[in-house]
Amino acid sequence: MPDTPGKNAIEVRGVRKVFGTGEAQVAALDTVSVSIRENEFFTLLGPSGCGKTTLLRLIAGFDFPSEGEILLYGSDIAPLPPFKRPVNTVFQSYALFPHMTVAENIGFGLEMLGKPRAEIDARVAEMLKLVRMEKLAKRRTSQISGGQQQRVALARALAPQPKVLLLDEPLSALDYKLRKEMQIELKRLQHETGITFIFVTHDQEEALTMSDRIAVMSSGKILQVGSAREIYDRPAVRFVADFIGETNFLDASIDSIDGGKAKVTLKSGATISATVADGFKPDGDATVVIRPEHAKAVKGTGDISGVVENVVYFGTDTHVHVRLDDGETFTVRQQNTRGAMMEFERGERVGIVIGDDAAQILKD
Amino acid sequence: MATAAEIEKQAEAREVRNRWFLSAPALIIILLAASGPLLIVLFYSFLTPGPYGDVVWKFSTEGWVSVFLERDIFDDTLSFASAHLTIFWRSLKLALMATVATLVFGFPTAYFIATRPERTRDIWLFLITIPFWTNLLIRTFAVLQVIRNEGLINTALINLGIIDQPIQMLYTDFAIMVGMVYVYLPLMVLPLYASMEKLDFRLVEAGYDLYATRWQVLKRIIFPLVRPGVVAGSILVFIPAIGAYVTPSVLGGGKNMMFANLIELQFGQGRNWPLGAALSITVMAIVMVALLVYVRNTSGSEVRHG
Ligand SMILES: Nc1ncnc2c1ncn2[C@@H]1O[C@H](COP(=O)(O)OP(=O)(O)OP(=O)(O)O)[C@@H](O)[C@H]1O
Ligand SMILES: [Mg+2]
Repeated sequence: MPDTPGKNAIEVRGVRKVFGTGEAQVAALDTVSVSIRENEFFTLLGPSGCGKTTLLRLIAGFDFPSEGEILLYGSDIAPLPPFKRPVNTVFQSYALFPHMTVAENIGFGLEMLGKPRAEIDARVAEMLKLVRMEKLAKRRTSQISGGQQQRVALARALAPQPKVLLLDEPLSALDYKLRKEMQIELKRLQHETGITFIFVTHDQEEALTMSDRIAVMSSGKILQVGSAREIYDRPAVRFVADFIGETNFLDASIDSIDGGKAKVTLKSGATISATVADGFKPDGDATVVIRPEHAKAVKGTGDISGVVENVVYFGTDTHVHVRLDDGETFTVRQQNTRGAMMEFERGERVGIVIGDDAAQILKD
Repeated sequence: MATAAEIEKQAEAREVRNRWFLSAPALIIILLAASGPLLIVLFYSFLTPGPYGDVVWKFSTEGWVSVFLERDIFDDTLSFASAHLTIFWRSLKLALMATVATLVFGFPTAYFIATRPERTRDIWLFLITIPFWTNLLIRTFAVLQVIRNEGLINTALINLGIIDQPIQMLYTDFAIMVGMVYVYLPLMVLPLYASMEKLDFRLVEAGYDLYATRWQVLKRIIFPLVRPGVVAGSILVFIPAIGAYVTPSVLGGGKNMMFANLIELQFGQGRNWPLGAALSITVMAIVMVALLVYVRNTSGSEVRHG
């Protein structure tokens, strides 16, 4: 992304973080570079242990990069201790102060900044209202539930109005409904306050619905950065396609390539067209990636065919799991409409029609 | 059929019975080994001193009277026993100072150990306990060797030309202080370490994250959370310090007595066992009251904190 440097809230340049020494060395981050724009809802998405928390800790200042640098609004933050960085964190473990009440926790940052009592009290009241914890203001943090603790942690980090807010899986302990509400609330907050959010999650749905941009991480590396749409529709590598949403993989041989398009022959003998990711030059054999909703199951023949193994009804749509003739599995997702509902039975032979532009060829 | 409430009541009763049963050995030892001798001391304090020490079996309150009042040997009038008060005051002052000093030195030490990697912590703790291997008297004489006029410090300072007369450190309150701090430091470090080890250092990070400086993190987060260790350590140091006997008699010389030396004097040269017994009970009562007040205040302030 060619961004103008001034517009970036955070710029991570070639950062490596190595833990341990000698044999026991692990590179928790392996040369990560990413720019996070001002007032952006930026999400780090990746499986457990991929280095999300590590990256946040480097930005917050609890750890220091082994290599590389991190810029905050254009200036290197390496010399700043955490308490001088206008960055607040919602910790994965909440880290609420057990010897203080909910209200004292929320007011702590402002107090340390030396704000007058009246301002602190007003802001704490505002924050309590925001996270709907007014009734529990006087409680000890050990006397509230996990979800409530998470909301206090959020309020505590927001209270001092930081430039950048780091959120390490802040919604993971909430029940579905509250989680949805908090997602909307967070989005609204981020929009209103103009604070740059760096949000960590391993829930792809959360990432897709909330983020302006997403960075998909895997074993210490950022594989792709882009909007939800870009990540979902045009995954750069196979891992991203696999991690975000459901995906079908089919082996194919390449007949011809013309720019970003290729003609491939599937094992079933059918020939389909597929898009090729930017800057990737496949030759010979390739794996073709097809989203379940871009294919259609039909009674009769399609591009490929197989036997229905399972039909799962999801309310808005139905997933049809098909065992292909070559032994692979393939999932089709079709929307349920009141009128034309295509019913499939287990064991029934079906054909699968792959839409134009549905197939993509990706780097491993 | 027993109702749920009955079953619960029975379970509770069983619990209580078990608790008494399990604590019985400790209770018996405490009763026999601590309360028994104390009762004897209390009993002796109401007897009459014998001519060559010991007591004669005759009731008297003279021992208790002379704790607080002095009887003039010529006209038999009573006046306030200011010597006892001075000695008690010195003991209290020295014990408090020693407690504060061990806290000041022990806190960073315990923090240092608690922040080491898990494997090296044991080594550090082991080093802390090494002085316990040596007899108290020998350790105290070691301090004496360091601070006496011809000792390590004075010799070094004179040879370096910083002073030309040795500084009189031995036989002062300062000497007693140094001796007690040295001897009692591990008693402060160990309980402090025990509560710091349990400290969640992510809270420290959260403090830094919320703009608290190092000093503020110490004051507002670490200190309140390790308070149980501070309380335990202070008690463990204060009690033996106020009753210290060996340290003041070796390092304080004859004139800088502490309370324990005064008590010993009554059982020895003073030949006034009832007074010695009464003094013992007095100091014990004062220490107990002081500790109750201290513990109540410190645990109370934790609730009100912030
Ligand atoms: N202090 C540390 N010492 C040694 N290794 C560490 C340390 N912190 C993290 N790691 C390792 O670095 C890698 C990345 O850890 P990190 O906590 O950043 O993962 P994460 O993406 O936040 O995972 P999760 O989703 O489970 O929270 C892991 O392999 C972890 O074991
Ligand atoms: Mg994490």
